[in-house]
Amino acid sequence: MFEVETAVADAHRREWAYVLAATVRVAGDIDLAEECVQDAYARALARWPLDGVPTNTGAWLTTVARRRAVDLRRRSDTFGRLLPLLADGDADQAHVDGVATPLSDDRLRLIFTCCHPALSDEAQIALTLRLVCGLSTHEVSRALLVSESTMAARITRAKKKIAHAHIPYSVPSSDELPERIDAVLTVVHLLFTSGHTAVTGDQLVRRDLVERALDLARMLRVLLPDHRGVAGLLALILLTDSRRETRVDADGQLSLLSDQERSKWDHAEIAEGVALVREALRSRPPERFALMAAIAAVHAEATTWDTTDWTEIVGLYDALIVTWPSPIVALNRAVAIGFARGPRAGLEAIDELAAEPTLASYRYLSSSRGEFLSQLGRDDEATLAFEEALAFCDNAVERSHLIARMTATAKSPP
Amino acid sequence: MSEYLLLIYGDESEWINPTPELGDKMMKGHAEFGERHGQSIRGGNALQPTSTATTVRESSPGQFVVTDGAFAETKEALAGYYLVEAANLDEALAMAKQIPIFSGGVEVRPIRVFD
Repeated sequence: MFEVETAVADAHRREWAYVLAATVRVAGDIDLAEECVQDAYARALARWPLDGVPTNTGAWLTTVARRRAVDLRRRSDTFGRLLPLLADGDADQAHVDGVATPLSDDRLRLIFTCCHPALSDEAQIALTLRLVCGLSTHEVSRALLVSESTMAARITRAKKKIAHAHIPYSVPSSDELPERIDAVLTVVHLLFTSGHTAVTGDQLVRRDLVERALDLARMLRVLLPDHRGVAGLLALILLTDSRRETRVDADGQLSLLSDQERSKWDHAEIAEGVALVREALRSRPPERFALMAAIAAVHAEATTWDTTDWTEIVGLYDALIVTWPSPIVALNRAVAIGFARGPRAGLEAIDELAAEPTLASYRYLSSSRGEFLSQLGRDDEATLAFEEALAFCDNAVERSHLIARMTATAKSPP
Repeated sequence: MSEYLLLIYGDESEWINPTPELGDKMMKGHAEFGERHGQSIRGGNALQPTSTATTVRESSPGQFVVTDGAFAETKEALAGYYLVEAANLDEALAMAKQIPIFSGGVEVRPIRVFD
């Protein structure tokens, strides 16, 4: 019995997107498709203990869900209430017989629909978690830290926009593809960063979000094997995540990159990530996630903090800021300059960004200033900088670290 | 196929009295747009400025207040529109990107179908 439950749970995580994507094409409506897919999983729970777990769980679930969709559509047609059909960009009706093997890119259609630029960023992330990862509304609301009723309304509104504005259920045309893939990568990256360092709460990391982002990046890698940006994003996630066991010490305190026990990094993930970075960097000019991954790879390949090649890292940030001129990238570059050329240079580079409005309440600007000031022996100013960072920080683990730094600089002898 | 209204918004001061060159450019641009999408265009017009607009509001049941001016006073006013037919939003957005505009932008609204 437990085996069946595990098999169903496993199929939920691995096959949900595949089954739903194939069913949407038959159902012509996302809500109806979701209902049919949920039914199929419920039937698996009932049937598999009797019939055994099928060899190809995804195909079994897809067949059941599609048959149900065909059934329900037929029934609603009989009652004269035709469901609005999703706009199918390819007008391809070849798969509406309910049993045909779905094209591998049905999942891509689903992803591109969820990450359509006509939907708000918030809606894109919520829909991706709900429809591509198969999370319930309750789970999505917990993942994105909003109330369940707000999330339910957000998802409903987004689905209505898809239906009424006829957002196509299709892979975009080749001239729009680069921009649209970038939108998808942005959603997955945002999901990863919100998990890697939780904005609020007691835990530094939100494992659930990190795992979902990794799953999505791996799925994109399968679906778009030649895309360098996808290779770069997967590499970035793997290389950053490889440090997961060392980011908090035994006492639950934050452990910075300089103090982490590097032998405990996940070397299998590092090897996979480094190979992907090499591939991703082949496009000219390199894409932003490839450059970010390359920076993570320099850290991953340094056996100690002291042997980190900071000149290489600054060079990579110089290239990144051209591709992606964001204030956060500028700040990271400033910090790297400090490690490459000394705290005075770092401080100057950071202070040049002081007028940047998006960084005004960014805790890492103040905390980095604090570190460089402390290295320069300007402890009073460092204490103030850490205090400022604390005011903008809601994560318990990071707060405790900042308090410790503040106490240390405040106590040090003049 | 679905219908969309492409609403062209912009700063009125720019399009009421454009320079001859800019005016010509816009006329040509719209002529080209019309040729390219003749099959899809169901209708469309340029509008007189909002200074010519009159707004009717029902103040209480059966009681109407007629006021001078546009419904919403904004810097970027409705300048014109196209009613087009498109397979989906992506097609409508692609058309919207080809509409010549002075400044401002184009709002794409699906036409509601009552069944």
